[in-house]
Amino acid sequence: MAQTVAANTKWWSGGKSPFNVEYGKLMMWYFLMSDAFTFGAFLIAYGTVRVSSISWPDPNFVFQSFPFLGNGLPLVFVSLMTFILIVSSVTMVLAVHEGHHGNKKGVVKWMIWTIVGGLAFLSCQAWEWNHLHHEGAWWGRNPFPNADGTVASSNFANFFFTITGFHGFHVFSGVVINIIVTIMAWRGVFERRGHYLMIEKIGLYWHFVDLVWVFVFLFFYLV
Amino acid sequence: MEHQTFGGEVTMPHDAPGDDSKKRIWRTTWILSGITIVELALGYLLYGTDFSAGLDIAIKGIIVILSLAKAFYIVSIFMHLGDEIRNLIMTIVVPLALFIWFIIAFLWDGDSWKNLRNEYRPKDPVKYEQKVEPAHGGAHEGGLK
Repeated sequence: MAQTVAANTKWWSGGKSPFNVEYGKLMMWYFLMSDAFTFGAFLIAYGTVRVSSISWPDPNFVFQSFPFLGNGLPLVFVSLMTFILIVSSVTMVLAVHEGHHGNKKGVVKWMIWTIVGGLAFLSCQAWEWNHLHHEGAWWGRNPFPNADGTVASSNFANFFFTITGFHGFHVFSGVVINIIVTIMAWRGVFERRGHYLMIEKIGLYWHFVDLVWVFVFLFFYLV
Repeated sequence: MEHQTFGGEVTMPHDAPGDDSKKRIWRTTWILSGITIVELALGYLLYGTDFSAGLDIAIKGIIVILSLAKAFYIVSIFMHLGDEIRNLIMTIVVPLALFIWFIIAFLWDGDSWKNLRNEYRPKDPVKYEQKVEPAHGGAHEGGLK
């Protein structure tokens, strides 16, 4: 669905924004692009080291626990985390949608659900880190054997904690910013401004965090 | 048009009220959930069955492609990039094409690194020592100058 603009609009002849978006939104896109390269570099470094290793720990063996349910449940906990993040992305999109219609109450409601989702995700990650730490994994320490039974180097733990940590830090920042803009929306700042573009911009960031998780989930847990 | 403007720009909805944008959000939600469930099913299939190396790689490849589809839906629908004008889309997507090179080059390098390590044999130790000794002596003499 292309934007509804006159077919032969002269975008570059001055007087209007050639990309037809507000400055802050465009810059958010470029920030996200650069952040994509940062995450990409991390994940590709991980891939390079993993491919260069003769064997590597089996994720189904490492990530097999669920709170209160014990062990032997590979993929279950991370599926929960993935669905939490997808749902919080949906609530964010609904907040942006309400913003388009200038519905303050709707924006605040969906933003609160988005924050709840973010906090739930962070709690899950805190539990998982704590659990792995108790099993003896940390930066520089990896108790899990390689899939072929040999002793593994600490590479696996180093990459896991660095990349999920960097992602978790993004989620944490997102939650903080979400809380700030929700308070602003609730106090009517955007209503007075006449538009909810700020929600759109933070929404872009939030979806990006979900997007990165798609790949963290893929490369650490699935394959 | 119910567009609001901000600093002379069209800042408002890609969707006019009463259109199907909400339906689109929910459809995308189901697509993303559905793909995730298929990925998990394939993940369990990999976990529960002993496939040959080739089939194993093929299934992992399918999971990667499904994840790329998820990425496309998130960026295009949830982030509304698909609704922006073409030039903006291109300034985002074209630089990201570097990833194609980035991934191929680095994984290739990792693989070659593994092969080199696997095949590495120190040169004939005897020959090695013989070669080193005189060189060492030479260096020593040089040091006396």
